[in-house]
Amino acid sequence: MASVKRRVAVIGAGITLFRRRMRETGRELSFYAAKMALETAGITIRDVDAVVCGSAPDAFDGVHMKGEYLLDGMGGHNKPYVRVYVGGGTGVFTPIAAWWHVASGHFDIVLAIAEEKMSSCHPHPQKAFTTIFDPIYTRPLGPNLVWIFALEMQRYMSVHGVKKEQIALISVKNKRNALDHPCAQLPAKITVQDVLNSEVMVWPVQKLDISPPSDGAAAVVLAAEHVAKRLTDDPVWIEGVGWCLDSTYWTNRDLYYPKYVEYAARMAYKMAGIKNPPKEIDVAEPYDPFDYKEAHHAEGLMLARKGEYLKGIKDEDDIFARYGRDGDLPICPSGGLLGVGNPIAAAGLMKVCEIFWQLRGEAGKRQVKNDPRTGVAQAWGDLMQVGTVIVMRA
Amino acid sequence: MSLERPRLPHEIRHWFGDMECDYVYTLGIAGEKFYAGLKEGRIIGSKCPSCGAIWVPPSLYCPECFEETSEWVEVPDEGTVYTFTVAYVGPDGEPLEEPEVYALIVLDGANGGLLHKLGEVRPEEAYIGMRVKAVWAPEGERKGAITDIKYFRPVE
Amino acid sequence: MSVKIREYRGTPYSRKDLEEGRVPAFRDKPRARYAWACGPAMGRFLAELKEGRIIGRRCRRCGRVLVPPRMFCEWCFRPTDEWVYVRDTGTVLTFSASYLGPAAERLKEPIIIAVIQLDGASPGIGILHKLGEVKQEEVHVGMRVKAVWKPPEEREGAITDILYFKPIREGQGGGE
Repeated sequence: MASVKRRVAVIGAGITLFRRRMRETGRELSFYAAKMALETAGITIRDVDAVVCGSAPDAFDGVHMKGEYLLDGMGGHNKPYVRVYVGGGTGVFTPIAAWWHVASGHFDIVLAIAEEKMSSCHPHPQKAFTTIFDPIYTRPLGPNLVWIFALEMQRYMSVHGVKKEQIALISVKNKRNALDHPCAQLPAKITVQDVLNSEVMVWPVQKLDISPPSDGAAAVVLAAEHVAKRLTDDPVWIEGVGWCLDSTYWTNRDLYYPKYVEYAARMAYKMAGIKNPPKEIDVAEPYDPFDYKEAHHAEGLMLARKGEYLKGIKDEDDIFARYGRDGDLPICPSGGLLGVGNPIAAAGLMKVCEIFWQLRGEAGKRQVKNDPRTGVAQAWGDLMQVGTVIVMRA
Repeated sequence: MSLERPRLPHEIRHWFGDMECDYVYTLGIAGEKFYAGLKEGRIIGSKCPSCGAIWVPPSLYCPECFEETSEWVEVPDEGTVYTFTVAYVGPDGEPLEEPEVYALIVLDGANGGLLHKLGEVRPEEAYIGMRVKAVWAPEGERKGAITDIKYFRPVE
Repeated sequence: MSVKIREYRGTPYSRKDLEEGRVPAFRDKPRARYAWACGPAMGRFLAELKEGRIIGRRCRRCGRVLVPPRMFCEWCFRPTDEWVYVRDTGTVLTFSASYLGPAAERLKEPIIIAVIQLDGASPGIGILHKLGEVKQEEVHVGMRVKAVWKPPEEREGAITDILYFKPIREGQGGGE
């Protein structure tokens, strides 16, 4: 990171409602999110030098060259524009790409925007997901996407002796946090028993262990230091970025621990000068498309030791005391993908928006109580092979 | 692991399959206006509150100014051929019995071009700048789709 | 600015709205057909399955035996060196029971699936397959299993030439 030229700040954020199906096209959703981000940054599209688009597989929206299709709704008309893509990791990778646009000195203001319209794939985006597998070696076995998560969850539980009752508490926490998120799709006050009694999808994954498919968009505006200081009194600095991918041969590695997330986190922490993550990070948004993933990723982010994220946590009181908004280390105060929803790329960027609002003290009812200075957001995806990490400071 | 050397089987070279998905696309705010208009035999555009441009097909926002559309306006179903092409093969590369003429048509008063078919015209008669008018499907047969306009024909 | 934003936009539609035609929508079913090239590694792997054998590739630098095989080692980033047969017996690394089919449709009887480390493959090198002749509650990480093959005349050079893996029960050997 020796050659990073400029500091980069987030100066505005925007988001749409997250819902299972929306009337608006992907372009129109993008426009809503982009417009809100620009307005909150106090600028117009004419001030934007370049646009970075993030969106997951084309097969969801059902439009090939989705990046180009979305372009005008994302404000990319006649501007330097690029789509980045690393599966589920895309939402956090989008502002990372926007960061290097600005840090390099090449652009002063960049809009980073992520969109997903999964409802186009009807009746369920699952069918589109099946085309991400190796066509020769895996697809003939008739897999659905949940298989790989179930296998990973089982391995995680089995290696560390973690119980399903403990993992379910993450879903309880995040869905409850989402009650305070104005865009949330599945906020709920549920209990561990509700999770354990919900429909079995792919054992040990049950219905309330999973985030829903969604439509939605989210955006942030990034600016170079001299511009950010002119435009706002409360810039939130991007102090560390990291990303790492393992191979698609996911059956050839031990699934109990996401090493690639750790590598991504190490890269971001080194850049941000963070030596002791649990002590130096005040608020975290690890990627939680499934409840066990929050534990898996918090461990990859080194916020807890391997297998110990849920150590000693037995009930709701325990988990809120440890990871609630007024807990030791607030985790997923937004409500996460489990509560707010999972329009893939937009969900990852929603987490970056949340850290931005938290560090500015603008999260309203969701505001964490520890006066946070440093936050981390992380996303994950592809065939269980990518980690994307961003560290921000007020 | 066994160490004997069995005969080498032939390599398998290809694996055949497909990627099939079912889609239901919502039309969106602007799309619903446009396709509902077509069903009624009207072409709807969107007007930018900032630059005043009228976009056809309509958009929720002006792609130039990035301002939200405030007004939906009807435009004439007549316009000018901006450019055209003559297709001798179909979507799967199959030869067509009769060549088809496709044009980008700028409707009177509108920005942007509408892609559509030209009819009642031989390929060699089409030219850039040609004046054309929509030929609509009969009212009862319109579905709120781009094909509610059967084609554009030349006008004097 | 979250606390300052008054309106979050977007207009939800329900599944019924679309399916009962209450709102306009456009349906399409694109279907792209493919002939995927297998390449030398997967091509040989499939051909060996047809013969009832499972083959991998060894990288002499890191020493790993890779299954399914590939012609390069992604760790050492160099060509792999030799073909190696592995056994059709192995150990369950992790497993699951799917009540959902490929299009998320409900299944009455779950499909039990596992990542299996075959005997002769390197530690942690697993393959994905189904388990059979076993109940969900009997499966455990570390369970020993053996492939159940299709009859030779029905094999076509596909991963499904192995029907499933079944438990090696005590006294049945199989690991020999």
